[in-house]
Amino acid sequence: MLVYIAKRLVFVIPVVFAVALVCFLLVHIAPGDPLISVLPPDASQALADQMRKAYGFDRPLPVQFGIWVWNALNGDLGTSIASGRSVTEEVMRAVGNTIMLAVLASLIGFVFGVTFGFLAGYFRDTWIDKLVTTISITGVSMPHYWLGMVLVIIFSVQLGWLPAVGAGPGGWAWDWEHFKHLILPAVTMSVIPMGIVTRTVRALVGDLLSQEFVIALRAKGLTEKRVFVHVAKNAAPTAIAVIGLQLGYLLGGSILIETVFSWPGTGFLLNSAIFQRDLPLLQGTILVLALFFVFLNLVVDVIQAAIDPRIKRG
Amino acid sequence: MSAVADDLVRIAAVDKARGYWASVFRRLSRDPLSVACASVLLLIALAAIFAPYLGLADPYQGSMIRRLRWIGTPGYPLGTDELGRDMVARLIYGGRLSLFLGLFPVVLAFCIGTTLGVMAGYLGGFVNQAIMRTVDVFYAFPSVLLAIAISGALGAGITNSIVSLTIVFIPPIVRVSESVTTSVRGLDFVDAARASGAGPITIMRVHVLGNVLGPIFVYSTSLISVCMILASGLSFLGLGTKPPEPEWGLMLNTLRTAIYANPWVAALPGAMIFIVSICFNLLSDGMRSAMDVRS
Amino acid sequence: MSEADLSAPAADVGGPQQPLLEVRSLSKHFPVRGGFIGKAGVVRAVDDVNFSVDKGEVLGIVGESGCGKSTTARLVIGLIQPDQGSIILDGEKLGASLSLRDLRRRVQMVFQDSYASLNPRLTVEDSIAFGPKVHGIAADDARARAHDLLRKVGLDPALFAARYPHELSGGQRQRVNIARALALSPRLVLLDEAVSALDKSVEAQVLNLLIDLKEELGLTYVFISHDLNVVRFISDRVIVMYLGEVVETGPVEALWSDARHPYTRALFAAMPSLDPDRRTQEAPITGDPPNPIDPPSGCRFHTRCPFAESVCSEKSPSLFATGNERHFAACHMVDPASGHSKAGHFSARELQHA
Repeated sequence: MLVYIAKRLVFVIPVVFAVALVCFLLVHIAPGDPLISVLPPDASQALADQMRKAYGFDRPLPVQFGIWVWNALNGDLGTSIASGRSVTEEVMRAVGNTIMLAVLASLIGFVFGVTFGFLAGYFRDTWIDKLVTTISITGVSMPHYWLGMVLVIIFSVQLGWLPAVGAGPGGWAWDWEHFKHLILPAVTMSVIPMGIVTRTVRALVGDLLSQEFVIALRAKGLTEKRVFVHVAKNAAPTAIAVIGLQLGYLLGGSILIETVFSWPGTGFLLNSAIFQRDLPLLQGTILVLALFFVFLNLVVDVIQAAIDPRIKRG
Repeated sequence: MSAVADDLVRIAAVDKARGYWASVFRRLSRDPLSVACASVLLLIALAAIFAPYLGLADPYQGSMIRRLRWIGTPGYPLGTDELGRDMVARLIYGGRLSLFLGLFPVVLAFCIGTTLGVMAGYLGGFVNQAIMRTVDVFYAFPSVLLAIAISGALGAGITNSIVSLTIVFIPPIVRVSESVTTSVRGLDFVDAARASGAGPITIMRVHVLGNVLGPIFVYSTSLISVCMILASGLSFLGLGTKPPEPEWGLMLNTLRTAIYANPWVAALPGAMIFIVSICFNLLSDGMRSAMDVRS
Repeated sequence: MSEADLSAPAADVGGPQQPLLEVRSLSKHFPVRGGFIGKAGVVRAVDDVNFSVDKGEVLGIVGESGCGKSTTARLVIGLIQPDQGSIILDGEKLGASLSLRDLRRRVQMVFQDSYASLNPRLTVEDSIAFGPKVHGIAADDARARAHDLLRKVGLDPALFAARYPHELSGGQRQRVNIARALALSPRLVLLDEAVSALDKSVEAQVLNLLIDLKEELGLTYVFISHDLNVVRFISDRVIVMYLGEVVETGPVEALWSDARHPYTRALFAAMPSLDPDRRTQEAPITGDPPNPIDPPSGCRFHTRCPFAESVCSEKSPSLFATGNERHFAACHMVDPASGHSKAGHFSARELQHA
C-alpha cells in the first residue's frame, strides 16, 4: 500500500513540473504588454523600463520561469500587478471561498446523485428509473451558468427569498446572513456532478445486481438489506472516484458560477486577472487550481486503491 | 447439427449481406426519443442555415425605444433584447455561431485525436509513451480551466475560441482512441493481417480504423453538448464571440443585467443552449445503445 | 508480383531432401515486471528449440497450455522477434537471405479463434482478398481468386462471398480462415489449434478438408494442438513440448506405441479411454505445474517425474536418439552415459509399471 502511494507520488512530480510549465507558457504567449493595466498611457519609456525591471519582465523567458518556480516553492507567487498585493495572499483568500462552495456543491451532488442512482439501479426500467435518468441527463446537459441565472430570477427577483450576488457583508462568518448567499451558487454547481454521479451509480448498481454473485447471494438466503450492503461496498470505490473527480472539476471550473453570482472565489479572481491582463495573478491562480486538481486525483486514486484491492497491484 | 445451421444460413443468404452502419441506423430510427431529438436538432440547424431566407428582422438592427419588450409583444413574438433587437432573429441567427462553435471544435478534435490515438495504440512503444504522457499533462487541468486559460491567453474572438476548445477536447479523444485501438490490436485478425505481409499504415487503415471509429465517434458525439456549453460559457465571460455578433452565450452575458427588468427574455438564449445540448446527449445515448446490440 | 506467381505455390527449392523449415536454437523470453524497482523476472516461453519440417509432411506439436507451442508458431511466421536462434526456410535464413515479406509469402497461419481471426467489418471475400492485394494483385483478380478459394474449401461463393463473419457458423469461419491462409499460395501452413474450438462433427469435416487441400496443393503443415487424438489422426511426425522446451520428437506411431519421455507417457496415460479394461487407478501425473518464470533446474520435468534422480535436477538433458528411426527424447534415461540409474537399459514395461 505504501509502495503504491510512493509510486504515485513519484509520478506526480514530473506532472506538477509540466503543469507549471504549461501555466507559464499559456500566460506568456499572450499577445499584449503585461504592464498595460498599470502604466498610464503617456508613460515615458524610462518609466516603462523601470517597471518592467521591477517585475522581472526584462529577463529571458526561461530565466523568468526558473525564478517563478523557485519562488513558488518558497510560497511566493509574485505580486499582482493590478492590486499590488501578494498573489499568494489573494489566491489563498479566494481559494477558501471557492473550496467552501465546491465542497458544499459536491456534497449535495453526491448525496442526491447516489440516492437517485441507487433508486434507478434497483428499480431498473421502471418509471422511477426513467424519471431519474431524465433528471440526470437534464443535469448534465444544463448550461449551469444559465441555471444560475434562472434560479436568481426565481428566488431573488421574483420571490426575493435569497440574495443574488456576493458572499455577504464583510468577511465570512458562519451565520445565516452569510450562509444564504451560499445556497443558490452551491445548488447551481451541484447539478452537473449530481447528474454524472447518478448516471454512474445507476449503471454500476444495475450491472452489479445482474451479476451472478448477487443471484448466488440471494439464493443463499441473504436478506435484501445484506444484498444492499454488498452492492454498496462494491459500488463505493467508483462512486467516490467520480465525486472526487467532480470536486476537482468544480474547484477548477467554478469561474462561470462565480461570475454569475459574483462569488469572491478563485474563479472570480481569474476573471479579473484575465481582463486586467495581470500576469502574475493569472499564473499563480491557474497554478494553484491545477495543483489542487492533481492533488485531488492523487487522493482519489489512493482511496480507491485502499478500498479496492485489485487496483493496488499496479 | 452444423448441417442444419448451414441450411438456415443458405435460406437467409438470399438477402444481400447487411452493412453494419445500416443496421445501426435502422435501430436508431426505431427509437422514438432519438428520432425526436434528431428532428429537433435538424429543425434548429435548418433554421440557422437558412436564416437569411426566413424573412426575419435584422438581428443587428435595434432601437432603444423598443428595448426589452416582453414575450408576446405584437411584432416581436419573443420580445427584444437590451438594444431593442428582435429576439426571434437574434436567437435563430445566434444558432449559427453557437452550433458552429459547438460542433466544429469537436470535429477537429475528432480528426486530430483519432489519428494520434490510433497511432499511439497501434505503434506502441516510444510513440505511445510520447503521445500519452503529453496527453496526461493536459489532463492535469480541469477542462473549463484549460479552456479559459487558453482563451484568456489568446484573447477573445471566434478563431481563438475554436483553437482553445479543440485543444481541450483532443486529450479525451486521444485517450479513448488509444484504448480502443490497443484492444483491437490484440485481436487475431490483426496478427493475420500482419502475417500477410501488410505494412502498419495499410493495417491501420483497412483493419483497425473500421473497428475503432464507431466507439470513438459515439464518444465524440457525447462531447458536443459539453463543447456547446463551454463555447457559450466562454462567450458568457467575454472570451469568445465579440458583440454585436449574435451568439447564445454572448446574449446571456449582455442580457444578464436585464434579469430585473425582463427576466424571461434574458433566460431565452440559455434555454436554446439547453435544448440543443440535451438533444445531442440523448441522441448520443441512443446511438450508443444502437451500436451495443450486435446482431 | 503477378497473378501467375500467386496461382501456384512458390517453386520448390533445394529438392526433396532439404527440409522445408528448420528451426535452430530458437529462444524467446518475455520480461515480467514486478516490484517497485521493476525487479524483472523472465517467462522463458521458448527455450533453445530445435526441429525441422520436411516437405509434404504434417508435423504435430503437442503440449499443455503454456508450453510454448503458440509462441513457437508466432516466431516462425515472424509475428514475434526471437531473442536467439534462427529460422531457415528452404535453406535461406530469415534476416539474412530471406526477408520477412518473402517469409510471409511462403508461410501462413490459421488461428484458433475463428471469430477473432476475421475482421468483423470486412466481408468474407474482402478478408481473403486482402493478402493478395497487399502483394500487388489487382482488386478484381484478388476477388476472383477469393471466390476460387472459397470453392476449394467447400463454401459456395455465390452464397458466402458477400457475408460478414458474424453471419457464419464456427466451422464456416474456420474454412474462410483456411481459404485466407491459402490466398498467397504458401508452401507451409501453421495451424494453431485450428480445430480446437469446433464441434466434433465439424472438426472432422475440417480435418478432412485440410488433408484434401494438402494433397491437392502440395502443402506442408505444422499442426499445433493439445488434442492428442486429432494430432495422431493428421500428423506424420510429432514433437512434444514442455515449459518451452522440446522433450520428445518422432514419427507419430513410434510415439504412440513407444514413447520414451515420462511426460509424453503421462500425457497419453491421461487420455480417457473407452476400454473398460484400462481403468485409471492413479493420477498419471502429480505435482503442480511449475512456474514458467522460475523453471526447475536441470530437467524441467524432474519435479513431477516418478523417475527423477539427482542427476535430473543438476543437468538438463538434450534430445538423444532412442534407437527408433528419427525418434529422439530429452531424458537422462535414454542417454546411456547420463548417470541415471536406468540410463540406456530401461524397457517399456518398466516405464508402465512405475
